[in-house]
Amino acid sequence: MAVTIEAEAPEAKKVPVHQPVARIALIGNPNSGKTSLFNQLTGLNQKVGNFPGVTVDKKTGISHLTPQLKAQIIDLPGSYSLYPKSLDERVIIDLLYDPVLKNRPDLVIVTADASNLKRNLLLFTQLADLRIPAVLALNMMDVAETEGVKIDIEALQRDLGVPVIPMNARKGIGIAALKILVSQQLSATEVAFFEVPANLRPTVEQIKERFSLNNDYLALHYAHQYKHLRFLSEEDKVWVAQLLEAQGFRSTTEQANETIARYVRINEVLLDVVRVEKAKEEEKFSNKLDQILTHRVYGYLIFMGLLFLVFQAVFAWASYPMDLIDEGIAALNGLIQENFSGPLINLLTEGVIAGLGGVLIFIPQIAILFAFIAILEETGYMARVTFMMDKIMRKFGLNGKSVVPLISGVACAVPAVMSARTIENWKDRMITIFVTPLMSCSARIPVYTVLIALVVPEVYYFGFMNLQGIVLMGLYLLGFLSAILSALLLKVLLKARERSYFIMEFPVYRMPRWKNVGLTIFEKSKAFVMEAGKIIVAVSIILWVMASYGPGDSFERAEERAVAEAEVKGLGEEQTDNLIASYQLESSYAGKFGQAIEPAIRPLGYDWKIGIALLTSFAAREVFVGTISTIYSIGEEENVTTIKDKLMSEKDADGNPFFTPARAFSLLIFYAFAMQCISTLAIVRRETKSWTWPLAQLVYMTGLAYVSAFAVFQLMS
Amino acid sequence: MQYRGTACILQLFINSLNKRREIVRNRTEESQQQKSVRDLRIGESGEISSLNDPEMALKLLEMGCIPGAEVKLNSKAPFGDPVTIIVNDYTLSLRLDEAETILLK
Repeated sequence: MAVTIEAEAPEAKKVPVHQPVARIALIGNPNSGKTSLFNQLTGLNQKVGNFPGVTVDKKTGISHLTPQLKAQIIDLPGSYSLYPKSLDERVIIDLLYDPVLKNRPDLVIVTADASNLKRNLLLFTQLADLRIPAVLALNMMDVAETEGVKIDIEALQRDLGVPVIPMNARKGIGIAALKILVSQQLSATEVAFFEVPANLRPTVEQIKERFSLNNDYLALHYAHQYKHLRFLSEEDKVWVAQLLEAQGFRSTTEQANETIARYVRINEVLLDVVRVEKAKEEEKFSNKLDQILTHRVYGYLIFMGLLFLVFQAVFAWASYPMDLIDEGIAALNGLIQENFSGPLINLLTEGVIAGLGGVLIFIPQIAILFAFIAILEETGYMARVTFMMDKIMRKFGLNGKSVVPLISGVACAVPAVMSARTIENWKDRMITIFVTPLMSCSARIPVYTVLIALVVPEVYYFGFMNLQGIVLMGLYLLGFLSAILSALLLKVLLKARERSYFIMEFPVYRMPRWKNVGLTIFEKSKAFVMEAGKIIVAVSIILWVMASYGPGDSFERAEERAVAEAEVKGLGEEQTDNLIASYQLESSYAGKFGQAIEPAIRPLGYDWKIGIALLTSFAAREVFVGTISTIYSIGEEENVTTIKDKLMSEKDADGNPFFTPARAFSLLIFYAFAMQCISTLAIVRRETKSWTWPLAQLVYMTGLAYVSAFAVFQLMS
Repeated sequence: MQYRGTACILQLFINSLNKRREIVRNRTEESQQQKSVRDLRIGESGEISSLNDPEMALKLLEMGCIPGAEVKLNSKAPFGDPVTIIVNDYTLSLRLDEAETILLK
């Protein structure tokens, strides 16, 4: 297997360059600088795709090794060994063991933390025994140096049998040498690190024969992992299972023995390769910092402070770019509508472009949130947060790592659900994904603001505590409590598939790498636009059609009716237009829907008008305000005060104000719980790879919303 | 109603924390058959003799907790769980019931 000559079918060539593209996989321990190296090699030439069957992103990128030679770089999830401990780590074996040879990478670059070589070499020795051509990228040489670790590169290269490149990926040192090296033909090492023990030989030989393998160690992995190998048929799996049964194969024991044997061997190698010169006389800086940052009082205070800062940023700072996007979309629509007209133009402006605007508007919040998350993760602080929160979260069936999705859920459930990927345990992760949309996201704010302004007086206590603010905070608290309690419920209901681990490396504090932060922001925003955006735009268009067309000539009749009424009342041109819009919405398909569901929502205090708003805001909650404005013929571009005044003057059948506190609070509670967000459903479907979870969420949250809103309305009125 | 529910859950939560503490106390008092990382005081070190949970052992072994290695209890989270340990010059964090499976000489 050589890097530069790959027997590809000639017609598969897309590039006119006559060099085939080599496929290089990046593999290494978590925190070994793999991401930095990937970013250094590929820059912005990255693509995010999916590995089949799992949720981890497949990051690939093109790197120009030499001016003539390009290579495709595949970033694999960080792992400590070739025995996967989580679903996502399985993509490594799926890729490396693929029976179709050309699907396998031509070469792997193993990243290793030079300051902690022993543990990092475990994975390398496994790859070496598979006889996969490899290069060892000895990363973080600077850290090793300051810690007094001296590595004899020549000796290491000789003992491992592969090229070793000392480097510092964060600063780009060693990248050029690595590129030149991997552009040459490389073969696998000749050195064996682990011999298959005699008692396993019969098993290994039979597997080799059945699957025509020529590598002992690969055959051993078949024995250990046959259940999880995607390319094995059911028949194959049964065969392996029977063989192992007959041979009395004990997977766990054999794996443990192998790992210990490998460490013994690695220790031998490192004995004359690594010297630690400086004794550690002083406590590490990280440890000192931890005494403050994970302190039982200061630790939580600092964390709260940081959260406060993140909230501020997501709410306050993001509003400026969001306003710009909003105005930009409105201006664009205005420009098009001034110059063109017709039903297609209406579809374009009010359906497509408005839907796109609804997607783009979230980007500032997603970007800011992930900037913070990326910085906290890069510096190593996030590990401390999970450390401090684990015991508390565990009580509710969650995990220390659930803190990030739950917090992110306050901005938007879509990126939050995406960030639950770091949780390895299936059950913990499903619970986290399930309850995250209950956290009060920013799309609920417009709904909350209008309704609170409507029924809660603007009173101040102690000069600074605003009653409306307190109610808003109460709704956030309600979201948080319902999330936590639902988690508790699920903890009892769900059966665990695998054990929950918390064992993780505690990274030392570092300065964030700004390039990585930037790339994270870019990637998450792109993922949101691409994944959720499609569905949001599609549903927006459907809902627009429902609200803009009615059966038969109902629209014309609605207009006539409105014009006649306007004449009687002597309304001006703008008010007449608003009235027409209101009557047309009433007679549209959406209006029919609202009237159809009125019996179901009457116990909650809603009429068919609110029914329409419930339907249109199913795509996104904030649409509620817009629909309400139209249906009560308030017209566009009105501020909260105007909407509020109009709604206050709305009367019910008996002439009393329609929006009583009971109705408004019933609506508030409904929106606090209901899964009124098609984007979240779409992203949950993608993350869980099944419709079961999003549908369960939809039923659970809507049910909870219905029951709670019913209780609130009945108790208050 | 809602308040009572919340208060009730808080109480349960506090109870369970306390129960945990009692279990720990009992364990350290009565059973001294074999010391584990759980029994170390902060700053104290020990040598790993074996790992008594086969499944957990695989993960711990990969992370460098091999029999014979020296392990030091570095710190504890505010509620006493999880803890951080230092093995092979790097820091690992793990839960108490995971630390318990690392037996010492």
